[in-house]
Amino acid sequence: MAARVASEPVTRSLAVAAAAPRTSLWQETGRRFRRHRLAMVGSVILLALVLSVLLGPLVWRLPINDIDFKAKLKGPSWSHPLGTDDLGQDLLARMLYGGRISLAVGIAAMLIASSIGTAIGAMSGFIGGAVDHTLMRITDMFLALPGLPLLLLIVYLFRDSLRKAFGPEVGIFILIVAVIGGLRWMQVARLVRAQFLSLREKEFVESARSLGARPIRQVIRHILPNSMGPVIVAATIDVAAAIIAESTLSFLGLGFPPDIPTWGRILFDAKDNLDFAPHWAIFPGTAIFLTVLSINYIGDGLRDAFDPRKVLGK
Amino acid sequence: MSRYLLRRILILLPVLAGISVVLFTILALAPGDPFEELATNPNVPPEVRMNLRAKFGLDDPLPVRYVRWLVSMLRGDWGFSFVSRVDVDTLILQRLPATLLVLGAAQLLAILVAIPIGTYSALRPYSIFDQIATTLAFIGFSLPTFFTGLLFILLLSIHLDWLPFIYRSDISATGWRWYWEHVRQAIMPVAVLGLAQAASMTRFMRAAVLDVIRLDYVNTARAKGLSESVTLVKHVVRNALIPVVTLVAIQIPTIFGGAIVTEQIFRVPGIGSLLISSILANDTPVVMAVTFIFSILVLLSSLAADLLYAWLDPRISYR
Repeated sequence: MAARVASEPVTRSLAVAAAAPRTSLWQETGRRFRRHRLAMVGSVILLALVLSVLLGPLVWRLPINDIDFKAKLKGPSWSHPLGTDDLGQDLLARMLYGGRISLAVGIAAMLIASSIGTAIGAMSGFIGGAVDHTLMRITDMFLALPGLPLLLLIVYLFRDSLRKAFGPEVGIFILIVAVIGGLRWMQVARLVRAQFLSLREKEFVESARSLGARPIRQVIRHILPNSMGPVIVAATIDVAAAIIAESTLSFLGLGFPPDIPTWGRILFDAKDNLDFAPHWAIFPGTAIFLTVLSINYIGDGLRDAFDPRKVLGK
Repeated sequence: MSRYLLRRILILLPVLAGISVVLFTILALAPGDPFEELATNPNVPPEVRMNLRAKFGLDDPLPVRYVRWLVSMLRGDWGFSFVSRVDVDTLILQRLPATLLVLGAAQLLAILVAIPIGTYSALRPYSIFDQIATTLAFIGFSLPTFFTGLLFILLLSIHLDWLPFIYRSDISATGWRWYWEHVRQAIMPVAVLGLAQAASMTRFMRAAVLDVIRLDYVNTARAKGLSESVTLVKHVVRNALIPVVTLVAIQIPTIFGGAIVTEQIFRVPGIGSLLISSILANDTPVVMAVTFIFSILVLLSSLAADLLYAWLDPRISYR
């Protein structure tokens, strides 16, 4: 009886709050993000790059493997806006095609890294105790692994069997994405764990617990959504890091095969012709650089948007 | 201090064990049988193949194979390079100095660039200098090392013809000229690695100085009449370096990755280019040993970071 009386003013004030124009936490974050000028420029550039690799091949219909020795190593011209390579293949068509792969690798590896990281961080932070200790030691060990040498080693040892199992393109895609994702989850795991440690003691989780929410519901409905801010920032940066990792592998000649011209692979083919065909290296390199730069600026903007206290004097 | 060092080493041992387990698992899971060719050769009876497998212990249980592998790795008994026809340890010892030299010089360059620029930026936040420095840092941090390397070659070697773009260990000159040639050919690899490192270090440094400069003890130092430069060097920078060391330590594996790429571009005869060439030549013993060496180098650098940490903040070693 007493509880009902007490709840009445609460309901009324809730109704008042609902009537006021409300901005959710996410809208507020979006507003802060849009005020970050360079992040907006980054978003526009990235959107343009994504749209052009997605829609570009529909407009620019030259095949990527059309060999034309008469036009080899030509600089930019109207028939080949980005020039041609040593087999006379059109670089614009190859870059549009390769960009799809580069971006797909970045996004897929990021998804793997953030899923593993979130799962491990959540378990570590929510269960605590010995589980936390063990998982954090494993995370520390992974942080001490030499990333690129290990990546090279795994690709070296496993590429042939995966190529046999899934075909040359899909096999190497799975391998590269899995390995890059599997070696980059540690940052996310640490962030999620830190968030869980502080959030699980907060009053709203306490009240959910006292209302009888099961642990899994506490995690999924209450803690996880509130810990996503830093994860989104880290995931954004991870896309850039994964794109660089894939390009590095391809640049070293150990990523995708030559018939899949990812941006790194084009650079690998171009690097021995720098003196007479610099355009061949400059365009794909610039594409990687612009993608990574805009993703990093977006990450920076998201960081400021999710954590307004960190911004100084603005 | 020595107790602190001992404790750090004891913490690193399980990490080393973990890394070795990961490496061994990868090797054990990898498909392929070293005696595969013998199986298809009709002149070799199956018993011979079985005997060979038994002799090299390929049929022993995994833990036994792991211990044997780890012992031989730690003893420097890394096997024989099929391609170069020498022992793997000789090969690696030949190549290691070039890598360490380039990496060390690059770190030095990064520190010399990043600490002054980061500090100055933080002293005048949002000034023109800060905005230019921050933008350049962002660009430098987004440029992949392989692209910067190619741009450097394009500009400094091909266009301006100032620097050689191939690293040679057999320079014929003597005396000062010999040193000068070595320095000249190291400029580009060191600059590529060092500037990439400097870019992220500048960002860390700026953030750290911004955090420190507002603290009370800085005001106290000024109030008791210390000169601005003493306040800055002894109080602000020293304390700001503590988080910077942590962040740089996390990046150490990335730095070694960058070293592999730079060595490959400029053909520096170090262990990074050795790794790539042995992968391309299917020289498994060398690939394993170089990966192992990289793991050890990463661990040693993080130990160095720990020591630096204790020097910057003596309280850490008493904890």
